[in-house]
Amino acid sequence: MNSHQKKAANFVANTKKMQWHDKALWFVREKRDIASKSLPQWESLREYANQIKTHTMGKLDFYLQQFEENAINNGIKIHWAKDAKEHNEIAYKILKQHNVKKVVKSKSMLTEECHLNQYLEQNNIKVIDTDLGERIIQLRKEPPSHIVLPAIHLTKEDVAQTFAKHLYTDPNNSDPTYLTHQARLHLREQFLSADAAITGVNFAIAQTGSIVVCTNEGNADMGTSLSKLHIASMGIEKIIPRLSDLDIFLNLLARSATGQHITTYSSHYQAPKDNGEFHIIIVDNGRSQFLQNKKYQKSLNCIRCGACMNSCPVYRRSGGHSYGYVIPGPIGSTLGAFKKQKDHSDLPFACTLCSSCSDVCPIKIDLHKQLYHHREDIVKAGLLNKKKQFILKTTALMMNYPKIVDFMGIIIRKTIPLLPDFIVYNKSNIWGKYRQMPKMPKKSFKQIYKEKKQ
Amino acid sequence: MTSKEIILNNIKQNQNIQQIPLPEIPNINEIYENIFEQFANTIENAGGKALQSDINKLNNLILELYPKATKIASNIKIPNLKTIDPNIYTNPHDLQNLELAIVKGEFAVAQNGAVWIQNNQNKHRALYFIAENLIIIVDKNNLVNNLYEAYKQIDITNSSYGVFISGPSKTADIEQSLVIGAHGSKSLYVIFV
Repeated sequence: MNSHQKKAANFVANTKKMQWHDKALWFVREKRDIASKSLPQWESLREYANQIKTHTMGKLDFYLQQFEENAINNGIKIHWAKDAKEHNEIAYKILKQHNVKKVVKSKSMLTEECHLNQYLEQNNIKVIDTDLGERIIQLRKEPPSHIVLPAIHLTKEDVAQTFAKHLYTDPNNSDPTYLTHQARLHLREQFLSADAAITGVNFAIAQTGSIVVCTNEGNADMGTSLSKLHIASMGIEKIIPRLSDLDIFLNLLARSATGQHITTYSSHYQAPKDNGEFHIIIVDNGRSQFLQNKKYQKSLNCIRCGACMNSCPVYRRSGGHSYGYVIPGPIGSTLGAFKKQKDHSDLPFACTLCSSCSDVCPIKIDLHKQLYHHREDIVKAGLLNKKKQFILKTTALMMNYPKIVDFMGIIIRKTIPLLPDFIVYNKSNIWGKYRQMPKMPKKSFKQIYKEKKQ
Repeated sequence: MTSKEIILNNIKQNQNIQQIPLPEIPNINEIYENIFEQFANTIENAGGKALQSDINKLNNLILELYPKATKIASNIKIPNLKTIDPNIYTNPHDLQNLELAIVKGEFAVAQNGAVWIQNNQNKHRALYFIAENLIIIVDKNNLVNNLYEAYKQIDITNSSYGVFISGPSKTADIEQSLVIGAHGSKSLYVIFV
């Protein structure tokens, strides 16, 4: 068994929770459907988004330099980090220069990718995640299981226990309103005592040198407006050319993510505050490699809305932690398998190729095709597990000789009904592990077809 | 080589994307017959509320909405309403116990129930987020249909900050149950005068 399967088996073992998880995410998907269908121009928005992003990635070096030039003119300090290590070092250096002891951070998958929290904690800087879901999992020392809903794998009782332990709340009160308002009080103290704020970036606008950060909770906004120092981390692919392109992207983002018309707060940061400092770290960390590969380059267009996860029948039933890559679900599977094929060769197989992810993607990324290509590449690289390799090779061999197929058909139809269960459902019958074998027909399809034809 | 050069080189060397032109985007979004009604419905869905008022009745309306509020800050003058000028504080932390903030919005967007706020005179961005409750005052003539029209109006280049706000702050991070009042305001009224 490979690792996604193993971890998924653990998740599925708690049937009730798995079914809840499945339904909760499908509910989000349905909200997305209502929101997208309320706009007759939805498909045009998707096509424009696809074109804008594809154009931008095709001239990425130009737009990054334009962004940098304009941002510097606005008084923003720009840093370039080729990998995660350099990103963390830059962030630490800025914080150290300002003698920062505590930093509040809003959601940023890039800082998760770089393991920034651990790095800063090792260097004696306290990091407080301020998105409610992120704070919950931070207290539990768990990674996020979804990029928009980081604590979707937990029940409210889990949260009540966690808060009781760390925030001294009533362990028996698992009412979400009570818990949220307790977290509000706790995090308010953190906002007021932090020396700096770190945020991610939803969009970086080349034309104006500004960045946009979207939240519903107002945590990024609260953090950045209360401290003098703001550090924003962005991947090189976050660039869009014009401010007016936000018409397209803000219309797509929240509707795809949660079914909202727009997030509650869409902050446009153009320059540092009076007496404040504003730094942006532009990070590659393997992203530029995607540009050369025709099969996978489109995954750079992703705006991280999470719609593909909410749609994915495998994600909904296996949970984000089964993936073992910082970003789970269809988009995470293609990113992870491209970046570290050997480590994540299981992920493209955690997919039914149903194409639901591609259908809901607001930027029209061909996710299911990419996952299919990954499977081919993984087989070519010899990374498929031995059992699967054997099955595929044997099947390929058989399929080349129709007579063998016919003969095997007869044997199977005749013998399976006679065999006792412990032989039919033996260990090597993976298919039969959770399923009943079908009833064996008397005749093969070929025989029936021939008879009817006569 | 600096990291910047390394990254830009990597991009150039790996560049294998078929070049396509940047599309000109026309206004493909909706135009509404009753633009206020559309805005009011949309922001109500997001947990906020839109009202209309006469400038001279504004103080009464605000006191009706928040009868108990005593610590009110505002960056606009409202006739007969006693408010604190937030710009007198040097540190945004001093705004922490505000019960109500009343701020000026530039215009409202009917399509998504958002209000654009970009006020170069306002010293503390925190004013928009830190108060328990928020009222945004918008000129009744400043309603646009959609984001396309919104970005036609926005010029951020001479500002340091601008924000779309649509509703009170909210979260559904615990079991997908919607809770109003995450970190920002717990209630939001948009009043057109």
